[in-house]
Amino acid sequence: MNSPATTAAPTAAAQPATPPAPGKITVATTWLDGCSGCHMSFLDMDERLVDLADRIHIVYSPLVDAKDLPEQVDLGILEGSVSNEEDLHKVKAFRKHCKLLVSLGDCAVNGNVPAMRNPFKLDAVIERAYRENVDHNPQIPTEGVPRLLKTVLPLHAVVPVDVFIPGCPPCADAIFYVLSELIAGRTPDPITVTRFGA
Amino acid sequence: MPLPAPSASVRVVTFKIDGQDLSAREDESILEVCREHKIPIPSLCWMEGLSVIGACRLCVVEVAGVPRLLAACTTRVAEGMEVSTDTEKLRRYRRTLVEMLFAERNHVCSVCVSNGHCELQWLAQTCGVDHVRMPYRNAGYALDSSHEMFRVDHNRCVLCTRCVRVCDEIEGAHTWDVMGRGSDCKVITDLAQPWGDSTTCTSCGKCVQVCPTGALTKQGTSAGEMVKDQHFLPILARRRHIR
Repeated sequence: MNSPATTAAPTAAAQPATPPAPGKITVATTWLDGCSGCHMSFLDMDERLVDLADRIHIVYSPLVDAKDLPEQVDLGILEGSVSNEEDLHKVKAFRKHCKLLVSLGDCAVNGNVPAMRNPFKLDAVIERAYRENVDHNPQIPTEGVPRLLKTVLPLHAVVPVDVFIPGCPPCADAIFYVLSELIAGRTPDPITVTRFGA
Repeated sequence: MPLPAPSASVRVVTFKIDGQDLSAREDESILEVCREHKIPIPSLCWMEGLSVIGACRLCVVEVAGVPRLLAACTTRVAEGMEVSTDTEKLRRYRRTLVEMLFAERNHVCSVCVSNGHCELQWLAQTCGVDHVRMPYRNAGYALDSSHEMFRVDHNRCVLCTRCVRVCDEIEGAHTWDVMGRGSDCKVITDLAQPWGDSTTCTSCGKCVQVCPTGALTKQGTSAGEMVKDQHFLPILARRRHIR
């Protein structure tokens, strides 16, 4: 099987083209099995992003061009649940290279919608998705796609997580609150501003 | 509407809750006194107007001189009692209880009809549950949509038995009951027949309104649309002199 997981593999040459300004916090983000809605909510911080850009440097993210995770990152933010081998690889890479790891959104925190397949056997799920509900040329993809895990897991079932931000998606205010607290060197308590399903 | 007049033989006792000097009739529970005085204690199975079963244990409190935790809903106040409602130990127990409720069945809040109007969701937030530390069981439960007006989704049931009690004690139909043990335990209509086939159900909807989660809902509601109205219960209960 091809391994599409190499995108997240850190390399020595993975430093961003422009080194982060001193005093700025380096941030890496990515999405696993989710809808990218949490990243959209991140962008919903609107004009606050301008101020935030003075304080953080996003070194790796679907929102920027960098293709490799740097060796050392201050803050890692992960959206989505751990549903396949690529997700598993990314989570472990983030944990290894990020000082602080944030579980962003319900999929990352509790599995949410991706985990709704868990009560069913994986074969039955694949059969349903790729054969039963397909009219034209039904086939189960095997090449170029990561293998699905038997059980969809929240991030903290795989690696230790430092901050949990539940919500589907967590609102921009909640994300801004957590980032502001972390930048200020304080420990945020996200459950005061968001909840499961918020 | 006033409560039924207390009988002359009921004494008034004095006691302390969280250091606060209080008095109440000796037949009142710690939880009732706390609700009266706006002392917050989380609860789930307890509901004003229904009988008390002490099943969820979320209202546990510490009482000086008692080595174990007591459910505030089933413990009556007594002279000289010293109650603590918000200690580190209690917070730890309550948080774990709520987490276990989430881990047991499949409460996917984001796609639930009760999202934003759910007592379990609210409890999770007030008890500081930002994630569930134990593994999810991931067992699938059935959904019964056979009733023309209502639906039961056992994936979202917390077995508080409010539906069972309101159906029996207030409506008088006793359509609902409980079957099975442990993780097989579930609420059933009649003799575990489809709700739509029930010959005892009056379709009054009281069970739906008292259900704390999205387990019992109206047909035709979409995510976040099921808002429950529980105002009828204390009024009916007082008229029936049930406390």
